[in-house]
Amino acid sequence: MNICADLMVLLPELILALGAMALLLWGAIGGEKTAPLISWGSIALLAAAGVAIVLGPEQATAFNNAFIADGFSRFAKLLILAGAALSILLAEEYFTRLNLSRFELPVLMVIASLGMMLMVSSGSFLSLYMGLELQSLALYVLASFNRDSLRSTEAGLKYFVLGALSSGMLLYGISLIYGFTGSVEFAAIATVTAANGASLGVIFGIVFVIAGLAFKVSAVPFHMWTPDVYEGAPTPVTAYFATAAKVAALCLFLRAILIPFPELITQWRQIIIFISVLSMVLGAVAAIGQTNIKRLMAYSSIGHMGYALLGLAAGTTLGVRGVLIYLAVYVATNIGVFACIQAMRREGKSVESISDLAGLARTDLKLAVLFSMLFLSLAGLPPLAGFVAKFYIFLSAIEAGLIWPSVIGVLASTVGLVYYLRLTAIMFFEEPAPALDKGRAFGSTAIMLASGAVTLALLVAPSPLINAADAAAKALLP
Amino acid sequence: MSLPILSLCTFVPLLGALAILLMPKPDSARWIAQGTTAVVFALSLVMWANFDNANPGFQMVEKLEWLGGGISYHMGVDGISMLFVVLTAGLMPFCILASWESIETRVAEYMVAFLVLETMMIGVFCALDLVLFYVLFEAGLIPMFLIIGVWGGKRRVYASFKFFLYTFVGSVLMLLAIMGMYWYAGTTDIVALLDNPNFPPQMQTWLWLAFFASFAVKMPMWPVHTWLPDAHVEAPTAGSVILAGILLKMGGYGFLRFSLPMFPVATEMFAPMVFTMSVIAIIYTSLVALAQEDMKKLIAYSSVAHMGFVTMGIFTVNHQGIEGGIFQMLSHGVVASALFLCVGVVYDRMHTREIAAYGGLVNRMPLYAACFLVFTLANVGMPGTGGFVGEFLTMLGAFAHNSWIAIFAATGVILSAAYALLLYRRVVFGALVKPSLKTIQDLTAREIALLAPLVIITIALGIYPKPVFDVTTPAVAKLISDNKAALAAHHAPKVAIVQKEAAQ
Repeated sequence: MNICADLMVLLPELILALGAMALLLWGAIGGEKTAPLISWGSIALLAAAGVAIVLGPEQATAFNNAFIADGFSRFAKLLILAGAALSILLAEEYFTRLNLSRFELPVLMVIASLGMMLMVSSGSFLSLYMGLELQSLALYVLASFNRDSLRSTEAGLKYFVLGALSSGMLLYGISLIYGFTGSVEFAAIATVTAANGASLGVIFGIVFVIAGLAFKVSAVPFHMWTPDVYEGAPTPVTAYFATAAKVAALCLFLRAILIPFPELITQWRQIIIFISVLSMVLGAVAAIGQTNIKRLMAYSSIGHMGYALLGLAAGTTLGVRGVLIYLAVYVATNIGVFACIQAMRREGKSVESISDLAGLARTDLKLAVLFSMLFLSLAGLPPLAGFVAKFYIFLSAIEAGLIWPSVIGVLASTVGLVYYLRLTAIMFFEEPAPALDKGRAFGSTAIMLASGAVTLALLVAPSPLINAADAAAKALLP
Repeated sequence: MSLPILSLCTFVPLLGALAILLMPKPDSARWIAQGTTAVVFALSLVMWANFDNANPGFQMVEKLEWLGGGISYHMGVDGISMLFVVLTAGLMPFCILASWESIETRVAEYMVAFLVLETMMIGVFCALDLVLFYVLFEAGLIPMFLIIGVWGGKRRVYASFKFFLYTFVGSVLMLLAIMGMYWYAGTTDIVALLDNPNFPPQMQTWLWLAFFASFAVKMPMWPVHTWLPDAHVEAPTAGSVILAGILLKMGGYGFLRFSLPMFPVATEMFAPMVFTMSVIAIIYTSLVALAQEDMKKLIAYSSVAHMGFVTMGIFTVNHQGIEGGIFQMLSHGVVASALFLCVGVVYDRMHTREIAAYGGLVNRMPLYAACFLVFTLANVGMPGTGGFVGEFLTMLGAFAHNSWIAIFAATGVILSAAYALLLYRRVVFGALVKPSLKTIQDLTAREIALLAPLVIITIALGIYPKPVFDVTTPAVAKLISDNKAALAAHHAPKVAIVQKEAAQ
C-alpha cells in the first residue's frame, strides 16, 4: 500500500481541494472584481473533477478502506457535481444582478462539494464524519451569505446550531457503535454484527446515527430547520441545499446503514419506515398552507426525502436503485424549479410569494408551462419524470413487502398533489398579477429548458438512467 | 412490420399539438386541430377496416422495449377495445367543431389540451401493458384539469380539483396493485397476464379492490360519483362531451380488461356488491336527476344511472350482460355527447343552463327540437335508438343472473323516461313566453353539421347494431369462457372434496 496509489484514487477530490485553495488565493489577491471569473473557474474545477471521476478506477479503496471509490459513489458524485455546478451558475447570475458578487461563494460551494464527495465515498464512520463536517461548515456560511439580510443570518445561525446538535448525536452514536463492535470501519462492523447479533449498545448507536443523519436529509421529526433555512438562504444557495446536499446526505445514509448493519435490518427498518412515513405525510400536509414558494419547496423536499427513505427501508439492491433514480430525477427537477423561482422578479426585485405567480399563464405562458410541469413532475404525475422516480421507489418497497408504508405513501402523494395542483391552478386559472420581468440570463434559461426537457422526455427513453442506477446499486449491494 | 396504425392513432394528435404550438394563431389552431382529429378518425376507420372480426385475440400488435424487466411499450386492440378507439377518434372532431365559436380566449392552448387528451385516451384503449396503461390513464387528467379549470364556468376551480383528486386517489391504489402483480407475475404485460391469470384468491381480493377503487371513481359508480355533476356543469361543452363520451368509458373498459379476466374469483365474490351499487346508482341518481334545475347536471346524473346499467351488465359475466354493457357504453358515448352538445347549442345563445330559463323552444327552433328529441328518446331507451339495445341486453343479462336485480333496474328505465321527458317538455314544449327567448335562432350550419351525424349514428345503432356485435362477440365469448374456466378450476378442489365426503 503506497501513498501515491491511495492519492490517485482520491484524484477528483484532490482536484477540488487544491483548486479551491488556488481560487481562494486568487480571489484574495484579485479582490471582488474576480468574482465572475472565479465562478467560472469553480465550474471548470467541478467539471474537471467530473472527468476525473468518469475516467477514474471502477472500484478502488484507499487509506485502509476509509475511502471507497465504486460505481455507487461515482453515480452520487456526478449528481453532486452537476447540482453544484448548476447552482454556481445560478448564483453567478443572482449575485451579479444584486451587485453583491463575492468570490467566496463559488469557492465555498466547491469546498462543500468536496465534503459531499468524501461523504459518499466514506468507508468508515470517521471519514464519514470528516466529510460531513467539511460540508456542513461550508453550508452554514453559505446559508447566511446574504449577511445584510436578517432572515439569511437567522437561517445560517439556526442551521448551525441544529446542525451542530445533530453532529453531536451522530458522533455519540458512532462512539457507541465503536465501543460495542470495536471498529469504525463499515465492513468490519458488518462482520462483527453478523457474528454477534444485535447488542443493545449497537442498536442504541444505530438510533443515534440515524437521528443524526435524518437531520442532514431533513426527515421528520428532525426537519424543523429546513423551512427557515430554505426561505432565508439566497435562492441559488437554497437550490444547492435542495440538490447536491440532499444527494450527498442520502447516499451517505444508504452506505452508512446498509453496509455495516445488513444483519440488523429488522431493527433499523422500523425506524426508517417511521421517519419515512412521517416525512411523506408531513411534507404533503404542511406544504398546503404555505404562502412563500421557497418554504413550500422546503416541505416538498421533506416529503421527497420521505419517499427516498422508503427505498432505503426496502434494504435491497432494488431499493438502492430506486433511491438513485429518485435522486437523479429530483436533482434535475429541483434545479429547474429553483431556476424558475430565481426568474420570479418584478421591477428588478425578487419576489417569492405564491400569489405573485397568479395568472402567470397569461403574462408569461412559457414560464408558467415549465413551472407547472416541473411541479407536477415533483408530484409524481405521469408521464413526467417524477413518476418514473416514484414508480421505482414504490416498486422496490412493494417487492420488499412494505405494503402499508407504500399505501400511506401513495395517499400522501395525493395530498401532496393538492398543493402542486394549487400552484398550477394559481398560474393558469387566476386573474393575472402584475407581470414578472421578462429578461432572463442565458444560464438560467438553459437550466430551465434542460430541466424541462428531462422532465418531459425521461419516460420516453428511461433506460440509460435506469441502467446507470442499476449498475451503481449493484456496486453498493451486489 | 406493417404500418403501426395504433401508434399513429395515438400520437398523431401530439404532432397536431406541436404544429399548433408553432402556429398559435386562433384560426390556424382551430383548423389544425380539426384537421388532425379528422385524420385520426380516418386512421381509426382504417384500423376498423383491417380488424379481423373472427379473431378473439389482440390484433395490430406493436411491441417495443421500454422500461425493461418485463415492462414494454405494447399496443394492440381486440374486440372489446377496438370500438372505443373508434368512438374516441370519432367524437374528437365534434368536440373541436363544438368549440369553434364558443371558445374565444386562449384558443391555441385549448386545442393543444384537447389534442394531448386525445393521445392519452386513445392510448388507454390500445395499451397492452399495465404500466403504459396507467401512465396514459393518469396523464389524461392534466389536460382535462386545465380544460375545466381554464375554460369552465363559475366554480371551475373547485370542480377541476374535485375531478382530479377523486380520480387520482383511486388510481394510485391501482398503481400499487400493478406493482404487486408485477412482483408476483414478473411482468406487466396484459396479454401475458390474461393468458395466465393465476393470482391466489386472497391476493385477487386486494388487487380487485385496488382496481375497483380506480375504475369505480372513473365510471363513476354510486357513492363516488359526486365529482361528475360538478365537473360536467363547470366544463365547457366539449369538455363535457369528452367526459361523458369517453372518460367514463375507461372505467367500464377497465373492468372488462382487468377485473373480470385477471381476478375471476374476486369478481365472483364481489359481484353482489357491484350489483347493489349499480342498482342504487340506477334508482337513486335517476331520482336525483328528476330534481335537477340545471340541464347539464340532469344529464350528468342520468349518465351515472346509465353507467349503473353498464356495471350491472358487465358483472353478470354472461353474453347478454357484457355485450349489452359494451353496447351501452358506445351508444351512451354518442347519445350523452349529443345531449351535451344540445345543451351547448342553447347555452351559447342564452348563457344559462337553467331549465326554468327555457320553454317553448320548438316554436322558434324546430330543427333543434327534432334533434334534441331523438337524443332524449335514445337516452330514455326507446326501441329503434341506440339506447334501447344496450339497456335491454344488460337487463336481459341481469335477469338471467338474478331476476331481482333486473326488476330494480327496470324501475330505473321508467324513471329515466320521467326525467328525460320532463326535461324535454320544460325546455322545448309549451308556449314561448319568455321575452329573452323571442329572438332565439335555430341551428346554424355548423351546428347542423355537428348534430346531424350523431342523429344518424344514434338511429343506426338502434336499427342495425350488428356491426358492433360482429366485433365484440368473439372477444366477449373468449372472456367469458376464460372466466368460467378459471372459476371452475378454483372451485374444482372444493367440489371434489364435497363429492368425496358425499361418497363416504
